[in-house]
Amino acid sequence: MSVTPYIVLSSILFTIGCVGVLTRRNAIVVFMCVELMLNASNLALVAFARQHGNLDGQVAAFFVMVVAAAEVVVGLAIIMTIFRTRRSASVDDASLLKY
Amino acid sequence: MTAQILALHEAAQIPAVDPSAATGVYTLLWLVIALPLAGAVILLLGGRATDRWGHLLGTALPIGSFVLSLVMFIDLLGRDSGNRQLSQHLYTWMQVGHLDVGMDLLYDPLSSLFLLLITGVGSLIHVYSIGYMEHDPRRRRFFAYLNLFVAAMLMLVLAENYLALFLGWEGVGLASYLLIGFWQWKPSAAAAAKKAFVLNRVGDIGMSLAIMLFFVTFGSTSFTVISASSGRASEGTLTALGLLLLLGACGKSAQVPLQAWLLDAMEGPTPVSALIHAATMVTAGVYLIVRSNFVFDLAPNAQTVVVVVAVVTLLWGAIIGCAKDDIKKVLAGSTMSQIGYMMLGAGLGVAGYAFAIFHLLMHGFFKADMFLGAGSVMHGMDDDVDMRHYGALRKAMPVTFLTFAMGYLAIIGFPGFSGFWSKDKIIETALNDNWVVGLCAIVGAGVTGFYMTRLMLLTFFTGKRWEKGLHPHESPKVMTIPLIVLAALSVLGGVLLLNDWIVDFLAPVVGTPPPEDAALPGIVVSLIVVLVVAAGVSLAWFLVGKRDVPRTAPQQVSPVVLAARNDLYGDAINDTLVVNPGRHTVAGLLAFDRYGVDGTLTGGPVAIGVVAGQLRRVQNGFVRSYALSLLGGVLLVVLALLAVNLA
Repeated sequence: MSVTPYIVLSSILFTIGCVGVLTRRNAIVVFMCVELMLNASNLALVAFARQHGNLDGQVAAFFVMVVAAAEVVVGLAIIMTIFRTRRSASVDDASLLKY
Repeated sequence: MTAQILALHEAAQIPAVDPSAATGVYTLLWLVIALPLAGAVILLLGGRATDRWGHLLGTALPIGSFVLSLVMFIDLLGRDSGNRQLSQHLYTWMQVGHLDVGMDLLYDPLSSLFLLLITGVGSLIHVYSIGYMEHDPRRRRFFAYLNLFVAAMLMLVLAENYLALFLGWEGVGLASYLLIGFWQWKPSAAAAAKKAFVLNRVGDIGMSLAIMLFFVTFGSTSFTVISASSGRASEGTLTALGLLLLLGACGKSAQVPLQAWLLDAMEGPTPVSALIHAATMVTAGVYLIVRSNFVFDLAPNAQTVVVVVAVVTLLWGAIIGCAKDDIKKVLAGSTMSQIGYMMLGAGLGVAGYAFAIFHLLMHGFFKADMFLGAGSVMHGMDDDVDMRHYGALRKAMPVTFLTFAMGYLAIIGFPGFSGFWSKDKIIETALNDNWVVGLCAIVGAGVTGFYMTRLMLLTFFTGKRWEKGLHPHESPKVMTIPLIVLAALSVLGGVLLLNDWIVDFLAPVVGTPPPEDAALPGIVVSLIVVLVVAAGVSLAWFLVGKRDVPRTAPQQVSPVVLAARNDLYGDAINDTLVVNPGRHTVAGLLAFDRYGVDGTLTGGPVAIGVVAGQLRRVQNGFVRSYALSLLGGVLLVVLALLAVNLA
């Protein structure tokens, strides 16, 4: 079977996530877009694993999920804290750490 | 060794310095220097503990030196003239390779006379200073500096080699600096001290180069060695040596072109002006030239330059003296002019050396007398130096007036007084040598008569122009007694010329002048000089004595008077020729160093700093822009990989 549709889908998802990260201000949405990109890459990994007939890609996908889960915990905690102190979830408002 | 030079050596009959080892009383020669030096050390290190008796000790020690000098001098007179050079080896100063410099002292007729002048006049001025500086809280320090000066000056005239002489030379420069700037809180005094020091350094360049050249040419700086072998050097070398020594002498003796410091040096206390800037230190240049007769006798070109410098200076100083209202500055201009006469004598060679020294001694007496007299006048006039505020002081200060008058008659060359004999002899010798030079010297004598008479009239005669509420008074005995002694010496100093005593006495050092046909008989020259001086004196009488003297200097004056008031623009000339070009050069070098050399070295880091400052702006705090650059980076990597794979 051909993996092309999966790769195309993965590319589309990745692009959507990418554009979302770059354009959206709401931290939660940006966060979801990051998840979207991670999952797009997972899809690509699994699809290629399937094509090559081994489990390497699937193992990698599991690792990505674990990292994503950990990242969600830390990321959401940071967003929560920022929201509590600044009453805003906009990533552009949290721009104090600069030159 | 060319035959011509040898012939010159023979003809001039340059006597060699060939001392025998000191014995008997002469073994105490070192003590003459050590006594005042000890005084300086004790007073400077002893601090306030010595305040109460410091001035007494400081006066007693030079007197001790004077007694020693007198004993030695009397003993020297008892020896026959071929046996009057003695040397004392104190220790080896430095020994490096071929260089071997001993700390040797030389006692001969020339230094014996200087010893008497320095310690004698020096002691009198010390005594005078006890009274003059009585109310100065730093009197002890003043005496310490005076002692330091006396010690250095004695070192200068007793040294047996040029390096030891240079030690004394620099020592008197230091003492002069310290004493000119003694009232250091006055900006003018501090500036004057600095000016004197710097101008003296210019002369010292000449001195040190001369010493190096002596080393290179003769392998030694000892007078004994050089005088024995000066004929072996080429004439060019000897001329160079002569000119370098002259440069040194010009600095120390305030001769044109290094004359500008002397007038400002009058910022120091008056005893300092009398001792250092009239009687002794400024004559060191004359001593140097007379002492180096074995160089100058073989370098006629250098002698000619000495004569030219001397003539220019003697007129220069005299002209300045005519227009000044500050009594000390008139005397300073006069000093410059009189040293010009001495230089003239020294530049005339064998015929003039003895007369240069004779005039130097006489000048030491009468100029010290007049400077101290001026100090006495200032003492009575609340330290006012403007002669336009004096007038009719002869009744208020009879002793000062009478002693000053003796000095006055001596300097203008009133027949019978010391200055008459000494100046006449120099003018006579100059006329024999070159009538233009002689004529200039005669004119100088006339101008001397004018400015000294003007000073006399303004100070002691004419109407009272005192400040309101001022009561001039005679100075205490401690000040007038040195004045009386110096006045007596000014009157009687001429006895040294009886039977040409001084010429014969100095002959072992400077040589016997060859008999020469005089251009004019001596009596005629004397008559001419006296007439010219009389003309100068009467001119002063008509221009100053018979008129009312305004209390402030008139502003509408001829350009000549204006120039003389401004020291003939000596400072302006120095500024234009040396100071300003020097400043611009330094500014240029500084700019080159800052922007050229430093710019090259620091340019790289500065550029990095500028670029980094701009790059810093990328860290703007916006997460999304970081994400964009992340994306850009990833795309670049991907493109690079693709490019590599496709290629």
